[in-house]
Amino acid sequence: MDLLNNVVQGLLLGGLYALFATGLSIIFGVMRLVNLAHGDLSVIAAYVALVAVDVLGLNPFLSLVLVVPVMFILGYGLQRFVLNHTLEGGPMPPLLVTFGLSIIIQNLLLEIFSADSRGLDAGRIEDAAITVTSRLAVGWFPMLTLVVAVTVLAGLQLFLERTQLGRGFRATSDDQRAAQLMGIDNRHLYSLALAIALATVAVAGVFLGIRTTFSPSVGPTRLIFAYEAVIIGGLGSLWGTLAGGMVLGVAQTIGAQLSPGWAVLAGHLVFLAVLVFRPNGLFIRQAAV
Amino acid sequence: MSLLSLTDINSRYGTFQALFGVELRVDEGEIVAVIGANGAGKSTMLKTVVGIMRSPTGEVRFAGRPVGHLPVHQRVSLGMSLVPEGRRVFPSLTVRENLLVGGWVKRPGPWTVTKILQLFPLLERRIDHPAGNLSGGEQQALAIGRGLMANPRLLMLDEVSLGLAPIVVRHLYAAIPAIVEAGTTILIVEQDIGQALSVADRVYCFLEGKVALSGRPRELTREQIAAAYFGV
Amino acid sequence: MSASTYRVVRSSRASRIGLAVGALLVAGLAVLPYAAGSGTLRTLISFLTLVTVAQMWNLLAGYAGLLSVGQQAYIGLGAYALWVLADEVGVHPFVAVPLAGLIVGLIALPTAGLAFRLRGGYFAIGTWVIAEVYRLVIANIQAVGGGSGVTITAASHIARATRQNVTYWLALAVAVGTIGLVYGILRSRLGLALTAIRDDETSAESLGVHVFRTKLWVYVLSSFGCGLAGAVIYLNLLRIQPDAAFSVNWTALMIFVVVIGGVGTIEGPIIGAILYFILQETLADYGSWYLILVGLVAVVITLKAPRGLWGLLTERRPVHVFPLQRHVRIDASGEIPPVSGRPRSACADE
Repeated sequence: MDLLNNVVQGLLLGGLYALFATGLSIIFGVMRLVNLAHGDLSVIAAYVALVAVDVLGLNPFLSLVLVVPVMFILGYGLQRFVLNHTLEGGPMPPLLVTFGLSIIIQNLLLEIFSADSRGLDAGRIEDAAITVTSRLAVGWFPMLTLVVAVTVLAGLQLFLERTQLGRGFRATSDDQRAAQLMGIDNRHLYSLALAIALATVAVAGVFLGIRTTFSPSVGPTRLIFAYEAVIIGGLGSLWGTLAGGMVLGVAQTIGAQLSPGWAVLAGHLVFLAVLVFRPNGLFIRQAAV
Repeated sequence: MSLLSLTDINSRYGTFQALFGVELRVDEGEIVAVIGANGAGKSTMLKTVVGIMRSPTGEVRFAGRPVGHLPVHQRVSLGMSLVPEGRRVFPSLTVRENLLVGGWVKRPGPWTVTKILQLFPLLERRIDHPAGNLSGGEQQALAIGRGLMANPRLLMLDEVSLGLAPIVVRHLYAAIPAIVEAGTTILIVEQDIGQALSVADRVYCFLEGKVALSGRPRELTREQIAAAYFGV
Repeated sequence: MSASTYRVVRSSRASRIGLAVGALLVAGLAVLPYAAGSGTLRTLISFLTLVTVAQMWNLLAGYAGLLSVGQQAYIGLGAYALWVLADEVGVHPFVAVPLAGLIVGLIALPTAGLAFRLRGGYFAIGTWVIAEVYRLVIANIQAVGGGSGVTITAASHIARATRQNVTYWLALAVAVGTIGLVYGILRSRLGLALTAIRDDETSAESLGVHVFRTKLWVYVLSSFGCGLAGAVIYLNLLRIQPDAAFSVNWTALMIFVVVIGGVGTIEGPIIGAILYFILQETLADYGSWYLILVGLVAVVITLKAPRGLWGLLTERRPVHVFPLQRHVRIDASGEIPPVSGRPRSACADE
């Protein structure tokens, strides 16, 4: 029965990973940019929430009203003024710049907030749980997290499918040059893509900040989890990414059950297995176009 | 008044100069064709007009103002539309979505999705299919329709006939009078000389990056055109 | 074709001077242990291993376009291979260093099979995950010390001065050897294949260049170099902890040195390593502000001077200490033989 418990906890955790992963996958889809500072940017979101909670006395959930716009603007500015300048000249410049940003962000956070682990306190909801059977209790907070994750993903899916801007993103993803010929200002569009990606990452960062503690150095681990969810799920599919996040979550909770040191490793091993046996991802039928 | 005029255009790819002092003019309501062999600089000229490439010298004027310093998307907003060589439809978007993205720049004018489907009825039954699944001819019709969705004053067509069966090409060219009638000026780049001369009011022949010949099709002789085309 | 005769030459004045200066420098460095103190040797060992790993990253990323963020895997594995050979198998620690490099090269071969399933930026993070897997596996196995690591006891039994001097010579040999290796590769058929791939992977493939095999070779050789460096670094430090040995900071360091020095040149990583050491000596007291500065420098150089410091220095007048270009010298009539085909740049834009 413990297995069932682990699977349920893992699925709930997976929603959160999927939120992280979606941001990564949007910016890769639209501008072929792999952002090595992705995890660190999510840590910034958690610290912005921390400041909102500490200084303004906001509830962590309510802090999202502040954190999401802040990250949206940060994303727009970062793309507009820094990353847009890396897009000519192959894959090396964006990689180097985002890697440099990762180091800058980690050390700035370290300088401002110290290396101590911090957490966001959401109060009683963190411990409340529904007891399904004597062995299986499902926490309200993890459930809320999954509901929020699915809602955000569904919203993004609708946005990409039904709105003109969403179509612009997909058109740019298909053929950047042809999209420009339609009158699309690709620099503006790219900046909006990173803004939207960081807004979703903001949600993920705050929820993860409530769930576990964070410190300035946890960004790379989060980048890796997000990345694994994307690859396990298969590139270019939001629901695939959700499934990928869930597979990763389940692997980690089951790994943790075997030995605490194996949690992360189990996730990595599932990722490597997917790479060997299903390089296009578990949930994509055909080869990626 | 001329809608588009190029003076002293010398576009280059790095160290390779593709155009040499090109002068060209398109008047409102005209159909102008640019013919020439592969590598003569025809596509480079279109890229320079739309802003994918820039000429270090000279001037590109559109609708009475210099546009040489503007980025592509601003030139498109001013009312020029390029249907690129190789069609380049958005393969993962449906036909309808391709057309809607074509209307990204909202300029007033007659063209809507419905009007495009009347112009190219073959697209009707494919409307919700991904454009990547379309045949070459259907994709070319879609690319032209997508270019019209912005209601451009000038529609530029780059090698419409490339890789298509003659009957398909005739079908596509049959749509051109309707486009002109709706108030759009057309600049065609074409390797298929016969097709180009049959619709054009005026023609330019490019040879090795230069304008080798220009005039009205009826006033040019076969020999003149052959000489300008092949450089013999 | 004109009747003029011409030769294809590679050496230039700068390269002949460079060779002479280089030989003198290496000779000077080789006799240094007889003059310098222990502190200086320690610094130089770090410097030389940094030059080595930076050369290896440059070979991988700058020449083969394999943007790995996971080369720390091979530093860590080199360290642990040294420990296994020296302490468990009983090989003399000095002999164990080259063997550790070979073992690491062998491990890199199947690892490449995995990593090569990913491209570009995803390859980068993938290599990082693979390095994490090596770290976590070792940290979870108590027989290899687990999370707290191991000490190379066999090496700590050697007299301190002897150990340090020999470690220094090994570091020097590895650094000079890897520079020579990169130089040799670039002058060989493999180097020509790399240039072809860098220019256009698809047409290189159609011309019969084995893209996969070429990249595989580079990956394995680069990992071999990092393995050697890892073994030398830990022969100096003696205590191996998985978190430190497999830290991504190793790769961050390689990238920083290559970027500030100049990507895709042999001179770049050397210049970069020198600059990094100057920065470190003067600013390391500022702690995290120093690292912020390092990050900023890397970002600004990537954006504003993508060819690095060496690129800036030689912008006006190209200097090639390591002669890799082929120059055509006209002997008789002074006519330049015709080049067939349009220049490549003519078709750069689709």
